[in-house]
Parts: sequence; structure tokens; C-alpha cells
Amino acid sequence: MKVHPRKILAPLAGLLIVGLFWEWLVWYNQWPTYVMAAPSDVGPRFLDFYELFAVYSWQTLWRTVAGLMIAIVVGTLFGMLMGLSRILNDALYPLLVGFNAVPKATVVPIMALLFVGQHDFNTIMIAFMISFFPISVSVAIGLSTLEPEYRDILRSLGASRFTIFWKIALPKTLPEFFGALKVAVTLAFIGTNLMEIVEPHGRGLGHLFQSGRINSDYPLMFAVLIALALLGIALYYVVVMLERIFAGWAVRNPT
Amino acid sequence: MTNLIEIRNVTHAYRTEEGPLPVLDGLELAVPENGFCAVVGPSGCGKSTLTRLIAGLMFPDQGEVWLHGERVSSPRKTVGMAFQNPVLLEWRTIMDNITLPLEIVAPRMSRHARRERAEALLALVGLEGFGDKRPSELSGGMRQRASLCRSLVHKPEVLILDEPFGALDAFTREDLWQTMHQLRAEESFTTVLITHDLRESVYLGDQVVVLSGRPARTQYVMQIEDPVPRPIDMLYSAASVEKLATLRHQIQIAQGRAPAEEAAQ
Repeated sequence: MKVHPRKILAPLAGLLIVGLFWEWLVWYNQWPTYVMAAPSDVGPRFLDFYELFAVYSWQTLWRTVAGLMIAIVVGTLFGMLMGLSRILNDALYPLLVGFNAVPKATVVPIMALLFVGQHDFNTIMIAFMISFFPISVSVAIGLSTLEPEYRDILRSLGASRFTIFWKIALPKTLPEFFGALKVAVTLAFIGTNLMEIVEPHGRGLGHLFQSGRINSDYPLMFAVLIALALLGIALYYVVVMLERIFAGWAVRNPT
Repeated sequence: MTNLIEIRNVTHAYRTEEGPLPVLDGLELAVPENGFCAVVGPSGCGKSTLTRLIAGLMFPDQGEVWLHGERVSSPRKTVGMAFQNPVLLEWRTIMDNITLPLEIVAPRMSRHARRERAEALLALVGLEGFGDKRPSELSGGMRQRASLCRSLVHKPEVLILDEPFGALDAFTREDLWQTMHQLRAEESFTTVLITHDLRESVYLGDQVVVLSGRPARTQYVMQIEDPVPRPIDMLYSAASVEKLATLRHQIQIAQGRAPAEEAAQ
């Protein structure tokens, strides 16, 4: 696959312009670092603590991905139940909406008390809880909006429900699924960091953020935010790549 | 000659919240082997219900549906269907769309044999060389041609067409009518065509059945004796014009816009 240079140069130019504007804003207002750190203050922090960044980024990343994996499995399962059965849809939908409406920051201390000391497990669970809802909803919608003709064509040949699901319903839902997964990726990061910051347990970028706060190292706090943004971007593009492979047929070629 | 499709005194009602909604009331239909039956009638008179009954996707409250001397009690592999919406699977190539029924009906058939069968049909409908394209790369008429190929790939005894040409422009529609005659000349199948187009019913059908308004019963049956395949000029002959006038009048009766007594004369 050939990548057009514009695809790389345009985002880099965007990044450069925003960075310069940020630097200028801090310089123009003469803000001290405890009000707002400039990129020139933040950059050196990465060099000072690169080992910590590597270790903590990895901890945040793997727990986010683990939570996301559970969200994909559970979310798809709920979506299938709701998309294929009207009764289950009516029964589960209000529950899911209610569950999703509860701010996850309030669930964090409850999880921490429920599974004392199980930091990895708790963090993964929060990442999962915050990100499975969009996956469920989109899979359910994808399945329930399947045109009846698709089903009739295979059913009239005596195909089983499973065959119809496997050959038609599942692939047809993939574009919706990947759309939801893009939302879920960023949500899962929020979940992981919520746990790491609200109930600090010495792991992950959230912990590094807290250390920055406690030590009044404000540039470090900004550096953590940037590291989180980078991880988010990386994971997002992994999903985009998977989408290209498995649901590339849904992407219309520009004409 | 025995009838391949026989529908005897079929009555059916849908259960709704406001009580039963009768859609078919004593419907009779008989199509001989390799025959072509065009069914016309007012909107919402239960024509699509009829197709689902023949396909074995649902069963009537009363009466019987017989295919090839057997009472229909479940879906059968010997049925092919095509709809107004061609419903091609966007993630498959045209070739893989057309061979889809074979994956279910003949899972042991070799890939090569499947492709060969599909290629032959594609050539017959004028889509030679389009097998590797995606459905999104084809025009509406071409998609409908591909849909016809899919409905015939497993050599069904019965072909059920539910307004397959309804959404096409007039020129494309006439092209597809002619394609339909070509398919009949090369393949062997018995057809029930649901349509709103009287010209289509006269050009394609061996018999045209007019259904009454809901609940539908068989109101009028017209035999079209012209030999097949038919040239498109056939539609402009005096005999055809007269047939169209008769059918139009029957539809008006079915819609309740003309008194039924007049038809009895």
C-alpha cells in the first residue's frame, strides 16, 4: 500500500503549528510553569524520566488493551443478544443505559474496596466498564437493521440461523463495530487513568501524573498528558489498520 | 401436464394488536412445469405473503401449497428468490455473491465447479468478466442481473421474483425483460413473478393472475399464448393492447374503482 506524502506531512505540520502557538502563548503571557508549562519545559522531562515513562506507559497500555479486549467480547455478546432478540433488547437496554450513565469516577472507590489490592484487575475492569457500551449499541443496531431479504434468501435454502449469522449478519455489522471501537479505544484510556489517579497504586502513567502533582513538578504533569495522547493516537491507528483489513470493503474510494 | 406449483384455497391472516388482519382469502394458483406466472394486484394485497408461502418461509392458516407433488412444510433447497432490492453482499465479489447459495445447498461442490457454473450464468445475462468486481462498482441494472444469477445458480425448480425490475429505469427494465426470456430459453425453472407493471406481466408471463384487493383472492386469470422468447414489439400488437386494456380494467375492479358487474358481461 502506497502512502501519499500528504498523509504524513499534513499531520506533522498541524502538530508543529499547534506546538509553536502553545510556546508563543506561554511566552507572550509570561506564565510561570505552575500556571502553564510550555513545550520547551515539557520536552526535557521526557529525557529526565525516560525510563519511568517507558515502564509506566507499558503498564497503562497493557491494562487498557486488556480492558478493551474484555469490552469487545462482552460488548459484542450483549450486542448480539439485543440485536437478535426483541425481548432481550427491551429487557437489557434500560439496564445498559443506566449502567453507562453512572459516572465511572464513583465506581472506582467501590471497585477498590471490593477487590482490595487487586490493582491490575481493578484498573482493567474500569477500562472495560467505561468502553463496552458503544460496542454493544452499535453491534445491536447493526444486527437489528439487517434487511429481511438477506435473511430470506438464505433461509429459503434451508440455512441455519448460525449460518445466516456467520455469513451475513456478522460481516455486515463490522463497519459499525469498528466505528464503535474507535470511540471505545479513547474511552478505555480514560478508564485506566481514572483508576490510576483516583486510587493511586504506584503503577501506570496516572501514578506518574500524581507524583508530578505531589512534587510540584508541573512540566512533568504536562509531559504525562502528552504521553497519554501519544498512546491514544497509536492505539487508535491500530484500530484503523484492523478496520482497513477486515472492513475495507465499506470504505468508499475517493473519486 | 401436472402443475409444478399449486396453491389450493389458501387463507391467511396476520395477527396484529388490533386483531387479525386477513391478507389472503381463498387464493388459487396453478403453474405448470417451466411455466411463467405473473401476479398483479393492488398495492398491499398480500403478494409478498404469497412469495413467502411458496418459499416455505411461512405457512397458511388454511389451504395448501404444493410444489412438485409435495406439500410445502419447510424451506426447500429447490427455490431461488430475487427481490426489488438486489441485496448483494458488499464485502463479497460478484462471483462470491452468486455462488453463495451453492455454499449452503452444495457445500461439497468444488470451487472450480461453482465458478464455472457462475461464469456461465454471468455470460448469459451479459455480465461476462464482471465476476471480480464489487457490487458497489456496478450499476443498478447490473446488480439486478447479478441478483438473478444468484437466484438461479443452484438450478432451482422454482424461481420467485418479487418485483425485481421495479426500481429500474424504463430502458434498463426492458433490457432485463429480454434477459429474462434468454434465461428461460437456456435454463429450466418455473417462475412466479410479482409485479406492478402490466406490460411486464404480458411480455413475460404465460399466464397473468389478477388478485383482488385485501384480502386477496384470485380474481382473474389470463393466458398469454404467444411463443417464447418474445420480441419486444409483441407489446405493441393489437392483441397485446387489448389484453393490457382488459388487465387494466381488472385492476380497477380490484382497487374498487370500477363496478364488478361490468366485468361479468
